[in-house]
Amino acid sequence: MSEPLRREDVAHVAKLARLILSEDELNRFTQQLSQVLEHAHDMNSLDLANLVATAHPFGLVNVVRDDVTRPSLDHDVVIAMAPDAQDGRFAVPRILGEAP
Amino acid sequence: MKSASDIARDVQSGTSSAASELDVALAQIRARNGELNIFLYVDEEGAQRTAAALDERIQRGEQIGPLAGVPVALKDNLCQTGIPTTCSSKILEGWRPPYNATVIDRLLVAGAVPVGKTNLDEFAMGSSTENSAFGPTLNPLDTSRVPGGSSGGSAAAVAADMTPLALGSDTGGSIRQPAALCGLVGVKPTYGLVSRYGLIAFASSLDQIGPLTKNVRDAALLLEVIAGHDPLDSTSLPEPAPSLSSHVNDGVAGKRVGLVRELIDGADADVMASVERAADALREAGATIVELSVPEFRLGLSAYYLIAPAEASSNLARFDGVRYGLRVNGDDVTSMMEATRTAGFGEEVKRRIMLGTYALSAGYFDAYYGQALKVRTLTINAFARAYHQADFLLGATTPSVAFAFGAKTSDPMAMYLSDVFTIPSNLAGEPAISVPFGTGDAGLPVGVQLLGPGRSEALLFAGARVLEIADGRS
Amino acid sequence: MSLTNGWEMVVGLEVHTELKTATKMFCGCANSFGSLPNTNVCPVCLGLPGSLPVLNARAVELAMAIGVALHSTIAPSTFHRKNYFYPDMPKDFQISQYDLPINVGGFLDLPDGSRISIERAHLEEDTGKSTHLGGSGRIHGADRSLVDYNRSGVPLVEIVSGPDIRSSTQARDYASELRGILMATGASDGRMEEGSMRIDANVSVRKVGQPLGTRCEIKNLNSLRSLQRAIDYEAHRQTVILEEGGRVRQETRHWDENLATTSTMRVKEEADDYRYFREPDLVDLIPDEAWQARIREGLPPMPAERRSMLGARLHEPSDSLLGAVSVVVDLDLDAYVSSARDAGVPAELALPRAANELATDLGGLSNLSFEAFTATLLMERSGELSPTQAKSVLAELLASGGEPRAIAAKKGYEQLETGAVASVVAQLIEEHPDEWSRYRDGDEKLAQFFIGQVMKRTKGQANGKDVIAELHAKR
Ligand SMILES: [Mg+2]
Ligand SMILES: [Zn+2]
Repeated sequence: MSEPLRREDVAHVAKLARLILSEDELNRFTQQLSQVLEHAHDMNSLDLANLVATAHPFGLVNVVRDDVTRPSLDHDVVIAMAPDAQDGRFAVPRILGEAP
Repeated sequence: MKSASDIARDVQSGTSSAASELDVALAQIRARNGELNIFLYVDEEGAQRTAAALDERIQRGEQIGPLAGVPVALKDNLCQTGIPTTCSSKILEGWRPPYNATVIDRLLVAGAVPVGKTNLDEFAMGSSTENSAFGPTLNPLDTSRVPGGSSGGSAAAVAADMTPLALGSDTGGSIRQPAALCGLVGVKPTYGLVSRYGLIAFASSLDQIGPLTKNVRDAALLLEVIAGHDPLDSTSLPEPAPSLSSHVNDGVAGKRVGLVRELIDGADADVMASVERAADALREAGATIVELSVPEFRLGLSAYYLIAPAEASSNLARFDGVRYGLRVNGDDVTSMMEATRTAGFGEEVKRRIMLGTYALSAGYFDAYYGQALKVRTLTINAFARAYHQADFLLGATTPSVAFAFGAKTSDPMAMYLSDVFTIPSNLAGEPAISVPFGTGDAGLPVGVQLLGPGRSEALLFAGARVLEIADGRS
Repeated sequence: MSLTNGWEMVVGLEVHTELKTATKMFCGCANSFGSLPNTNVCPVCLGLPGSLPVLNARAVELAMAIGVALHSTIAPSTFHRKNYFYPDMPKDFQISQYDLPINVGGFLDLPDGSRISIERAHLEEDTGKSTHLGGSGRIHGADRSLVDYNRSGVPLVEIVSGPDIRSSTQARDYASELRGILMATGASDGRMEEGSMRIDANVSVRKVGQPLGTRCEIKNLNSLRSLQRAIDYEAHRQTVILEEGGRVRQETRHWDENLATTSTMRVKEEADDYRYFREPDLVDLIPDEAWQARIREGLPPMPAERRSMLGARLHEPSDSLLGAVSVVVDLDLDAYVSSARDAGVPAELALPRAANELATDLGGLSNLSFEAFTATLLMERSGELSPTQAKSVLAELLASGGEPRAIAAKKGYEQLETGAVASVVAQLIEEHPDEWSRYRDGDEKLAQFFIGQVMKRTKGQANGKDVIAELHAKR
């Protein structure tokens, strides 16, 4: 955690997030994100071992719905949103690899 | 400007009409929107149709809901059928949602008239509305200054007398902070009180929709309309909307108010002075003031700036050019997605996606995201402890009054620090209200904040109303 | 097949089954196969901005039913987001269960008596479906793809076995038994050809007694035959590499049915960083004791139990009858057999008729009532119909329904009077004196000859027993 953020970490994260960063942005983000992460190190001084993580502020459980159909969207409305469509489907350029 | 409750009363009784109230709003929007850049889209025709239909129903003798004929401004991260919804981002270019957010359906049922969509920091990420792809919104009270953010457009719409009511969303202070900077009442409700269905997510576990209004009564009225269980949101609280307007004048006699050092320290002198005078006003109204220290609140900022970006990095993954909005072509699908996202997102959004992706990535998860969730627990426990000593808490909403354009844009950390007082309530999922109290530097309004335990809105409205009266605003 | 030279394969299977719900996992769109593209979609399953998921109670119940059938512990569970970009995934993350799945542990017993452990069976959502244009229609070499989101958000249960499988036959038996269980619970229609059950196989090899080797994952096997062949191929491939002193590279492989080979799909990369975290739009799932009990009590008998129930009714369980029992259970025909047996038809007759005649026309079962099946077999048993005639009546019933006695009449299956049989037999004795004298001398085989001749002459309308009685009388 105390390791400083490196430029290559930022480049790796950009790839994961599907963003292309210019050299300039890469440098700037490395510096700015380091600053935020450094600020986060104030959490290090705490003994948090015995605390559970809170993902939700309130402990609702078992929120489910009945298995009953509701109307779907009109097909024309759906396809009208598409940046590119063909044969009632969403069209995309070639996919280079199978899903992971 | 007439209050929402007055408009509803007049429209229902026939002394006014929805159409004429709408005309007032549209005239003001036409007069000032060019200068202030508040509305990204004004749905004149749709609003006129809605108003005409209401007037017809009233003529037939029908009883309309509590917001009969009241024009409402909507933050442009709320989905409205057929109306361009942008989140102030280029990436949603041309997209018109095929469905209504639950809050919009509820507004319509209550007789409100949605007039258009207001500017925000892109995807609600910011505290000044400077991060909009469509240019900044100006603070109507001083056009050289920011209106706050991210619900800056909604706050400015009410401050500029365009509409008496506006909806914003608050993830780390995005309703309360612009309310403070524009001299309004702004409410961040209990998490789950208002359905998030149709609110374009920034950070799902923190986001709440809430009102921005000129006065406390209108805020209570609007919150009553939009609150209550929604089966389309799994995190929606199970109970129906609480009664709030009826408690606005309950007063604070006998209540214990915790004046929290960590919610004042670091604020400018003018802000601090307002908070102290607010404490006096509550004491005069019969409350007891207890001075408290809740050191955990200081850690909130760190936790927040890991949790919110982490959730955002995942929530914003879907903007990939495949199904809607912007597409920038590429040779293959990955290049297309990269080109689209690179061109479509602004710098602050990219910064937070990067931060959140990093915080969740292999090897760093436990140190950052995991740790932040535990600090969240710590914050919740700290609030609970404070509520042993006080019924609700008092502090500043923001460290300063409205600041000048560009003052913090080059330094993200400085901008993030302006959320330091508002973040703890989001982490805990608890309600908080910002209410204007006194004026600070340059005659600008100061907001003070009341914070309460989950589902304590009625109590907070009563406290806010006491301050409103003490501040000389009926 | 198993390996030679002291090698053994170690196989674990991940079976994804679509759940037979009316609606999708998190929205009210119809969960149905074969609709026009992008017609069963809504803001939620298209991942439109602002939409939120709400969990389908029926999907949870089917997942629990699977867990009960697999002897798993139903546990408090949560949902996570598995983040990766892919065009068939509308939100660019999949909602799946991660470290806290709904079903933990368990086992599945195979008909041969072996036991395969179950690690977990968890809920997750399916993706959309891509069609690739240009090239061979496969993803590689295509220049454009089209996406249909009708399948996106369909509920899945992923069942992960332990690495306990040691041969491709055992893998096949496991998949087949699991398929039967999924169908019996009502969770799945078991239609592998429609993709409603898809299997990934993790395969490694080692010398017996040695630690586990590096494994490869073969993706998306969608028939039992492919499963078996792919595992055999892959285990052999790895053995050859190792025997030649090479190293197996951990990777995901694709099975090509036509070439009958596996090939590299992708090498496990460092970039496989799914950034799992709790899905903040969903809350914990903690089925209480009452809910679990309701599921346990509503669960029908599983295939193994049904097989032993049917098998127990056999007096002399031969291999072929036990084979028929398996077929009947696999094809869900037990009710026909039971109902016939309850009416007095011996299991020895009902089983082969169900396993052979009914199995050839499963689509026709909707035309065939239990009563009609039973009535036909009772006629066969009483000698009113010959076996050939009974089979033909069943075929007709499956093809177009109706009443057995009416069909028999229409087909002219009136059995000959005993007197008529006597005259045909007398005639045949005259025509075949040699055969007759050999029969009289004790060659019992010739009884079959005369029966055959009688049937030929009477177009099958004689009753075999009548013929034998007549032959005995004349002997
Ligand atoms: Mg899976
Ligand atoms: Zn759907």
